[in-house]
Amino acid sequence: MIEIDINKKLHGSDGAMDLRVHLSIAEGDFVALAGKSGSGKTTLLRILAGLEEAEGSIKIADQIWLSGKESLAVQKRRIGFVFQDYALFENMSVMQNLLFVCNNKTLAHKLLELTELSELQNRMPNTLSGGQKQRVSLCRAMMNEPRLLLMDEPLSALDPTMRTKLQNEILLLHKEFGTTTIMVSHDPSEIYRLAQRVVMLNKGEIIKDGTPKEVLLQTSGSQKFSFEGELLDIAKVDLIFVAIISIGQQLVEVVISKEEAQNLKIGQVVRVSTKAFSPMIHA
Amino acid sequence: MFEILANLEFTPFILSFKLSLITTIILFFISLPLAWYLSQTRSKFKAPLEALTALPLVLPPSVLGFYILWALSYNSPIGAFFEEQFGIKLVFNFTGLVVASCFYSLPFMVQPLQGGFESINKNMLEASYISGKSKLITLFRVALPNMKPALMTALIVTFAHTVGEFGVVLMVGGSIPGETKVASVAIYEMVEIMDYTHAHIYSAIMVVLSFLTLLGVYIFNGKQNKKFGI
Repeated sequence: MIEIDINKKLHGSDGAMDLRVHLSIAEGDFVALAGKSGSGKTTLLRILAGLEEAEGSIKIADQIWLSGKESLAVQKRRIGFVFQDYALFENMSVMQNLLFVCNNKTLAHKLLELTELSELQNRMPNTLSGGQKQRVSLCRAMMNEPRLLLMDEPLSALDPTMRTKLQNEILLLHKEFGTTTIMVSHDPSEIYRLAQRVVMLNKGEIIKDGTPKEVLLQTSGSQKFSFEGELLDIAKVDLIFVAIISIGQQLVEVVISKEEAQNLKIGQVVRVSTKAFSPMIHA
Repeated sequence: MFEILANLEFTPFILSFKLSLITTIILFFISLPLAWYLSQTRSKFKAPLEALTALPLVLPPSVLGFYILWALSYNSPIGAFFEEQFGIKLVFNFTGLVVASCFYSLPFMVQPLQGGFESINKNMLEASYISGKSKLITLFRVALPNMKPALMTALIVTFAHTVGEFGVVLMVGGSIPGETKVASVAIYEMVEIMDYTHAHIYSAIMVVLSFLTLLGVYIFNGKQNKKFGI
């Protein structure tokens, strides 16, 4: 069990705010931290790692990491941390990166095999692709045999195919080692695939906490499809009005009434929903 | 011409290089913790400390030389202490030159090192701490190997700058042959007694050696940057 009860004053982009987090996480859980940028997700992760100071308490099983202002040094926490920018040791080969953490060759070979990196073990980091670098970084984090694996948007710099591949590997390692994992992520599909629990932060406080289904599925009532988007333009075509809305990476056109056209403002966030009784899914 | 070259006195050059080598080694170990601290700290003492470190860059060598001369002489508590306790005289000898050079060349070691440390990805250092490694191990196994160009610049420029030192050396060391008469001082004296032939030869040697040193640094750094894809 990991018990977190911390408090820290942050000076974010929109002024000072308090990061107050009270959370308990079961051993072996996979928790996703979500929320807008500037909500304190990364800071929370860094406090857990011991890279940033805070007040309060952090307890992991019987070990105390933080009590009041007394903090256990980052070196002694035995955690794994995966950075968004990989942060590999550029002066060391893939294998050396792993062995720098702990001189356990058996474990290093096992990890490289699991992530299909065995052939790259003598390569230098600057000769690897982004996806390969992040897999090395993941292996390096596991070399500590961490009690807690922390990941700060580990996949956000990668393309979608690579992301899916790495999601599988993260899940594989999480299960193989039985690690408790906390991951910051913006991507709902990623969270849905990986996490058992989502904690959503806003302005330093937890606003939602539940399963991915409870937190992320935004439909309520009887709509079958419901998407949030930004109203880009309203065009008048003969007698009807057409709203152009950006949803995700796509633009859609929706016919609206004259009254609606008058009430809506360009740039507004709108919700597009429909009741479809037998939707077709095209591959 | 050949006769002049064959009879050329090389002691001033050897002295210059000996002084530079010792100064560079001492300064490296002094500057390493200082530059590391300056690159990592957010303390309010950072700016004053940086200004103090850079002071030898802007002060006239005569000012620096005068203070060092005063501080190391028997008239000041420091000089008196060393002479009474250890029997070491610190002015007008080689030891004094080393002390003076360490002040004079300090910014040339600290600034490139600090710049190097600041350019290193902070996450890389944090990844090392997370791996359970101390700051000292991180410094030697992660930070320094990833800033070789800055390291080379610091070492070579400090060395070269100490070779090129003149004002401070003259004030603190005088011109004692074989003890404090380094190349730059020797050239000054040759010009004073209008021995232009030797002044030309000595100066030309200095120009060529300095150029080759700097050329070496730039070639090395260019290769390193290519290697790391910068």
